[in-house]
Amino acid sequence: MSDLTNLTLKAALDGLAAKAFSSEELTAAHIHAIEKARALNAYVLETPEQALAMARASDARRASGDAGALDGAPLGIKDLFCTEGVRSTACSKIIGEFVPTYESTVTTNLWRDGAVMLGKLNMDEFAMGSSNESSAFGPVTNPWRSRGSNQALTPGGSSGGSAAAVAADLCLGATATDTGGSIRQPAGFTGTVGIKPTYGRCSRWGVVAFASSLDQAGPIAKTVEDAAILLTSMSGHDPKDSTSLSVDVPDFASFVGKGVKGLRIGVPAEYRLDGMSPQIAALWDQGVAWLKDAGCEIVDISLPHTKYALPAYYIIAPAEASSNLARYDGMRFGLRVEGANLTDTYENSRAAGFGHEVQRRILIGTYVLSAGYYDAYYLKALKVRRRIADDFTQAFGKVDAILTPTAPSAAFPLGEKSDDPVAMYLNDVFTVTTNLAGLPGLSLPAGQTADGLPLGLQLIGRPLDEGTLFSLAGAMEKAAGVMPRAEKWWV
Amino acid sequence: MAIDAATVRKVARLARLATPEERLEPLAKELNGIIAWIEQLAEVDTDGVEPMTSAVAQSLPMRDDVVTEGGDASKVLANAPRSKDGFFVVPKVVE
Repeated sequence: MSDLTNLTLKAALDGLAAKAFSSEELTAAHIHAIEKARALNAYVLETPEQALAMARASDARRASGDAGALDGAPLGIKDLFCTEGVRSTACSKIIGEFVPTYESTVTTNLWRDGAVMLGKLNMDEFAMGSSNESSAFGPVTNPWRSRGSNQALTPGGSSGGSAAAVAADLCLGATATDTGGSIRQPAGFTGTVGIKPTYGRCSRWGVVAFASSLDQAGPIAKTVEDAAILLTSMSGHDPKDSTSLSVDVPDFASFVGKGVKGLRIGVPAEYRLDGMSPQIAALWDQGVAWLKDAGCEIVDISLPHTKYALPAYYIIAPAEASSNLARYDGMRFGLRVEGANLTDTYENSRAAGFGHEVQRRILIGTYVLSAGYYDAYYLKALKVRRRIADDFTQAFGKVDAILTPTAPSAAFPLGEKSDDPVAMYLNDVFTVTTNLAGLPGLSLPAGQTADGLPLGLQLIGRPLDEGTLFSLAGAMEKAAGVMPRAEKWWV
Repeated sequence: MAIDAATVRKVARLARLATPEERLEPLAKELNGIIAWIEQLAEVDTDGVEPMTSAVAQSLPMRDDVVTEGGDASKVLANAPRSKDGFFVVPKVVE
């Protein structure tokens, strides 16, 4: 039955509805695949007994005729989401044993619709990273390898476990989160589809906080339609998150397959970086050609403050992180390392519990917020953030969506950038702008490098206009044709 | 404005991160690399620009000031490093 893991979420839901197989069979096939794929390190916690119990409950619901939108579909959950009674660590030692007594709103929504949890997925510690190497559980290995090579590649980050699990058929879809590109860059690196919705679309309640004004949850999936199905379930107003938007959630899947004729697509000059790889430039041109063929009008646009987005992000995100992570003091939950006095206990607990990249960002955040530097750095960054958001507002006066590459390169070898923080940060150069502006961004697989590694393109939309992104992505997915899948070398 | 070892010591203390003496210099070098890259923001003209404090322009929703949940001491304490008789046990603060 292991071929059941090759199905898309949509095909699996159709198969369940047609009683071609049970959720228990579908779930068991995924559990088996996960056991065979431990070399990838995608899951940091497997929950097979719970998964099978949820699957049997789903089969019972379906038999009695009240199946939900995701009933019986086995999913992976990024370890940033709190799951009641199931260890949730943010892949940090400081909450390495944390077992929540509550459930995040996003996962509550998924279980409401009948989904099955396979386990918790690896990620960069507190979602801080672009390669999954800052995880306390060690990095995830990308299911993809360069043709003819055994070298281990990064799946990207921070949602590296989510992206790798979807690409390797270790779940039908996964939850993920995106603060600067953490859904879209890993999706680009693994040939999967990922969408960061409009800020406020998905509740942040029960999602371990990194930078609260930028954090958004979203799905990583095998196809555009699967991503749309998952986002519909994950979204919705939540009074427990004061930034959650009180707006209706459309049936996003209904936008996939809609015509895109006459839509105006912006191509921003500033994203054509000096020294851009010819493969990325060609991929982008290909995407433009597909949309032109589908009847879209291509418009050259300018987003003049693009180059300042990353430096502004590396003030704002660490500043918010240093504040959010102040809660980890070893008193009420998490790791405590006793010292000679209270301050020592705080300092020892935090030094032992946080990894290197997290400590680095806390130090930067504390520095830019400290007396004498607040105006020069933090306030300045907030003003630049406004400039970046205004660039998009102007552009969306002329276009309906924007097309860019997802990342400046394909997946790179593990270890290649771990000594150079700024080189690592540059991975998010095309994705971080939408977090600052609060806009939806979707990455879809659009081609391969000469070595056979997947490459992604990104679509950016107006606030709350994820529907148009799904229509455009659906058209591009169709034009791209059948994409190769990662070879299962780990089996 | 270059960050030196003394600044790292001060910031690490503010952030409550125990930092061994031999880590101060390497950290100063790392942080300087990042801050130097961030300094390019000075090129942006931001005169008269309102700081953007929220990704979505909406006012903070208000609710009635009533107790909506509580009475779950055991749940609250479930992940405490140390607890006793329904309380957190913490290091002595007042001598």
